Amino acid sequence: MTLPLFFFYLFAAIALASAFMVISAKNPVHAVLFLILTFFNASGLFMLAGAEFLALLLIVVYVGAVAVLFLFVVMMLDVDFVSLRQGFLQYAPVGVLVGVVLLLELLLVAGSFVVSPEVTSAAVLPMDDGVENIRAIGQVLYTRYIFIFQGAGAVLLVAMIGAIVLTLRHKSNVKRQDPVKQVGRRPSETLEVVKVKSGQGL
Amino acid sequence: MDFIIAALDYLLGIPLFGWGIHVGLVYKALLLLVSLLVFTAFILLADRKIWAAVQMRRGPNVVGPFGLLQSFADLLKFALKEPVIPGGADKILFLLAPLLTATLALTGWVVVPLGPGLALADIDLGILFLLAISSLGVYGVIIGGWASNSKYPFLGSLRAAAQMVSYEVSIGLVIITVLLCVGSLNLTDIVTAQYEMGLAHMIGLPQLTFLNWFWLPLFPMFVIFYISALAETNRPPFDLAEGESELVAGFMTEYSATPYMLFMLGEYISILLMCAMTTILFLGGWTAPIDMVPFTWVPPVVWFVIKLSLVFFMFAMAKAIVPRYRYDQLMRIGWKLFLPLSLGMVIIVAFVLQLTGWGWHGGMA
Repeated sequence: MTLPLFFFYLFAAIALASAFMVISAKNPVHAVLFLILTFFNASGLFMLAGAEFLALLLIVVYVGAVAVLFLFVVMMLDVDFVSLRQGFLQYAPVGVLVGVVLLLELLLVAGSFVVSPEVTSAAVLPMDDGVENIRAIGQVLYTRYIFIFQGAGAVLLVAMIGAIVLTLRHKSNVKRQDPVKQVGRRPSETLEVVKVKSGQGL
Repeated sequence: MDFIIAALDYLLGIPLFGWGIHVGLVYKALLLLVSLLVFTAFILLADRKIWAAVQMRRGPNVVGPFGLLQSFADLLKFALKEPVIPGGADKILFLLAPLLTATLALTGWVVVPLGPGLALADIDLGILFLLAISSLGVYGVIIGGWASNSKYPFLGSLRAAAQMVSYEVSIGLVIITVLLCVGSLNLTDIVTAQYEMGLAHMIGLPQLTFLNWFWLPLFPMFVIFYISALAETNRPPFDLAEGESELVAGFMTEYSATPYMLFMLGEYISILLMCAMTTILFLGGWTAPIDMVPFTWVPPVVWFVIKLSLVFFMFAMAKAIVPRYRYDQLMRIGWKLFLPLSLGMVIIVAFVLQLTGWGWHGGMA
């Protein structure tokens, strides 16, 4: 038993346990926190597989940003947890069905070596030619897969614009601040110096 | 059992198991930890002293000569008091949050090179690791605010969540501009690149190392990074998560004794980490400002600490002289000013590097 193997089992076990806790936790905030723990262990598994860049990116993007927003939303929800639990059994068959399909797919992938041993040679293995992770990704991402990469970027951009268009509202009765206007204000535009004779007023 | 022996040898360097003479990782880590904590104690005092000096007060001056031992007295006081846990609080998360903050802040220091070869782990993706760690800092705040089960802490944690996520974006883009110039994510490489290339070499005076550092060619990024670092660490003028004029003490309202101390410690250590990041990215890390005799006599670690303290002085001055920002203005400069500015700079820097062929080529390429 080597050290990496030990850590693999450690990360995998914690990932599975916390993934189970995500669906079984009573409090949704706890569920999100367990989800974050799952992300962490997945990142550890990436690290063990030699994909340090992906591992750290998983933490920066998913744990550092996406999960924060999850937590943000879930914390602000005011849900009656008891009533939420009641429909649980009603949805259980659908969940079980999805689970079974996933399990079958996993078994198919894992068992493909038995059915056709030639698949093994086509399996993707991590490169071990001394190229840094990030350099290796950059070399193929911007050459071979440039159109797919740019296409994915365009899809994200469209989604972002869509989200902004859906939520942006310009209310007419709200007073808005325009810093450019504020900074550009001159005394001559707003002030008027008047000489007032005593006892007369304006 | 071989791997256990190998691991023990690596960590502790017990000579019984191996013949190689080396200092175990645990001792190095302990040395770093202790010196970091002691340094933090004095930085805390310096923060209060600078703040006081700006307001023409004396600041802490009772414990020890010039109040030098104030932080240690505070430590004793915090450690000896009773931690109060509110009745409706989520006990485990309530205590987990300060631990998380302090641990994460300390974890980041693992990759920081204090001198040539003086990093606990000199990993290839060092700067990404730092970014990941600093982006996790928000969890201590959110969890602490939520677990307190109280309104002010909760509002504070919601503010912190939005604020820290927003400013991470511009910090990430600033880091990308530096990485474009260096061509490596290794922190040691970033420092070496600032020594081996730059303006000083171009004008034919390679002794003037301080002209090489990235603060000069990437000055706008330096300013953006400094301001974003203030916001990312919840420092004044962006300390809206704990704005005492609105939220009592924000997410820390319900905390007392040791948990509170851990929060404060974690906050200051992550501030120091941000200062260290500024030093490495823009101020040439451990290199001397002028590569000539009286300056090169000073050991690299001392230069690193001097620069770190200088950046912290800037943090402390910002706290002392700038009034707190309004929340909507904070979000405005984050998203509408810094994001387009830094994104534009990434594109400009990439263009300039591509067209002129500048950049550091001493890396792994």
